[in-house]
Amino acid sequence: MFFQLFWTYLKIGTFTLGGGYAMLPLIQREVVDRKGWIDEEEFLNMIALAQAAPGLIAVNSAIFIGWRIGGWRGVCGAVLGAVLPSFLIILAIAMVFQDWKEIPAVEAAFKGIRPAVVALIAAPLVKLAKSAKIGWITALIPIAAALLIWLGHVNPVWVIFTTILLTLIVVKLKIKN
Amino acid sequence: MIYLQLFISFFKIGLFGFGGGLAILSLIQMEVESHGWMTPQEFVDIVAVSQVTPGPIGINCATYVGYTVGGIWGSVLSTFAIVLPSLIIMLSICKAYFWFTKRFKGNPYFEQTLRMLRFTVIGLIASAALMLIKPTTFIDPVSWIIFGAVCFFTVLPQVYKNKVTEILSHPILLILLAGLAGLVVYQS
Repeated sequence: MFFQLFWTYLKIGTFTLGGGYAMLPLIQREVVDRKGWIDEEEFLNMIALAQAAPGLIAVNSAIFIGWRIGGWRGVCGAVLGAVLPSFLIILAIAMVFQDWKEIPAVEAAFKGIRPAVVALIAAPLVKLAKSAKIGWITALIPIAAALLIWLGHVNPVWVIFTTILLTLIVVKLKIKN
Repeated sequence: MIYLQLFISFFKIGLFGFGGGLAILSLIQMEVESHGWMTPQEFVDIVAVSQVTPGPIGINCATYVGYTVGGIWGSVLSTFAIVLPSLIIMLSICKAYFWFTKRFKGNPYFEQTLRMLRFTVIGLIASAALMLIKPTTFIDPVSWIIFGAVCFFTVLPQVYKNKVTEILSHPILLILLAGLAGLVVYQS
């Protein structure tokens, strides 16, 4: 089971570009449709849990599926398989990147790439705001969070912590009344 | 000492990193900048590399930052540290799976917290983008043209969806085109 899970996640981890979310449909095809290790409903539950829990979604899903299918060995296999490809690729790049950056052509290309990267972070906000069904009042939450971090240099950890605490207090007060 | 700092930083990022890769960026950025491990420019470069290589952005950043700060062992340690909170939390959830789904599905505290975190995460992602708009990353008007063009092509499929706009919105293609534009404009 260790090797099967390791191999499955290694394949998915090596060939998906675009981060954790992009891995989910491939994981579904491999684990639900082809191998039949878990059924569709449990898979959807797994996605909900992997997103609700902190941490990387791809890793969270690997832990869940690894545990359900193969216990401790399953977890080790799936997590190693999910992490190892990007770890090795980035390690190789990190080893040479400092020298490459000295090459004028590479530096010129990166001058063009940097603003594009900022745009790739900013642009999905439109879609996210839509799918979170954001309203005029609830829009104040992300705006306040962004300003606190950007201009106030508040650590995002505190912003998340405060969100959780305030929500719990508000829900508690609402239930009391 | 540096290893301990790396471990604490990435453990914190893994523990409070709600909402996936893009949301985690602002946490990583705050950690690497407050420790002076990376300049904003270097950070953008590694995000760019992450976008065109496979795997979760969080792992990519942890590995890269760990290596530049503490060599190979630094990268192993940082990657392990960002995964560790997930291991602890997800395994607890798995062990109590039936209890957990029964207890937390429909629980107002749990559901509302998740809903509010979704809003906060949008702010986190916005702050990650805002913090990266610096004179070292946006060097001249051409930078803003590239920024505008990439925003445009990324959002376009939501307004006007067909095969062409879908292909043009692909992040890897957009990064390659931006790199090409950089070569043409800045290569002297």
